[in-house]
Amino acid sequence: MVTIGPGEGLQVELQSSVEAQFGRQIRAVITETLEGLGVTDAHVQAIDKGALDCTIRARVTAAAVRATGKDVWKD
Amino acid sequence: MMFVPGNNPGMMADAHIYGPDSIMLDLEDSVTMAEKDAARLLVHNALKSIDYGTTEMVVRINPLNTPYGKKDVEAVVKAGVDVIRMPKTETADEVRELEAEILKVETEIGRVGETRIMAAIYSALGIVNAYEIATASKRMMGIALGAEDYSANLKTNRTPGGAELLLAREQIVVAARAAGIACFDTVYSNLDDMETFRKEVQLIKTLGFDGKSIINPRQIEIVNEVFTPTEKEITKARAVVAAIKEAQAKGSGVISLNGKMVDRPVVIRAERTIALAVAAGVIDKEEML
Repeated sequence: MVTIGPGEGLQVELQSSVEAQFGRQIRAVITETLEGLGVTDAHVQAIDKGALDCTIRARVTAAAVRATGKDVWKD
Repeated sequence: MMFVPGNNPGMMADAHIYGPDSIMLDLEDSVTMAEKDAARLLVHNALKSIDYGTTEMVVRINPLNTPYGKKDVEAVVKAGVDVIRMPKTETADEVRELEAEILKVETEIGRVGETRIMAAIYSALGIVNAYEIATASKRMMGIALGAEDYSANLKTNRTPGGAELLLAREQIVVAARAAGIACFDTVYSNLDDMETFRKEVQLIKTLGFDGKSIINPRQIEIVNEVFTPTEKEITKARAVVAAIKEAQAKGSGVISLNGKMVDRPVVIRAERTIALAVAAGVIDKEEML
């Protein structure tokens, strides 16, 4: 589950069952996804249970689209 | 064709491991309105990232007359989907409308003509218009029956024997054959009754369907068993194919096998048996060349 709120810079708060193995990778996917959408300031809370990168990208994008109202398919 | 909910990333990641011929990621009935946007993104990213190998990837979109349909088209065409399954198809115009939407997105990304269409028919009107739907676009690769909605539309119920679906099934097979495209039967959703499921698969194979829609990996084995030709059928088909090759080599138009004349429909059936056996992996394509 990914929730996004206002923040300064990109702050990622991650709880993951695979934090030790993949924590750095998951944070990188979240950050890259948001930067790709042009989001530079956000506080992200992510609860992960071992999702694939593509799932994390989708969840982050959905949360960002809902938070910003920005239609990802048009931009 | 295995149905997989488009809001379930775990199932989307694992579905191809079970070996279905095709996977249909669903954005329509299995996704609530509140989750349409999130599921669309999950499906888009799954299609772009997961290596599904040779499994044909299909996405069932929402109808174009909903707020979701056109966004679904954009998301899945941009992700390189093989086939878009259009639900609730009732007229050829609806297919042409979808075709125009697909072309718009394909033109934008420079991938024109790659996305094919399957139309699912859920209503009496759709069944009446089956041939027009099947021939509405060069992108049409198949038509399919959605039996729950169709039965409700007929004002009847589904029964284990499927008497209420007989005309629709036959109409879909006939329309598909006339149009030169494939046809797929509806799902059977009682996973605790595999015997009735097997009977239904045998029935639809007899009617001429190319395949069955399924909702669980446990159903794959039964569909493959029913559709895979038996050793006896393959042996007979090989003999027919060998006989026609020999006759062609001799310049003869008449084929005789074990003292019986073999005519064109027998050859066509034998070729289909071989094609099914190759598709099922029980004989090697190379050895038939």
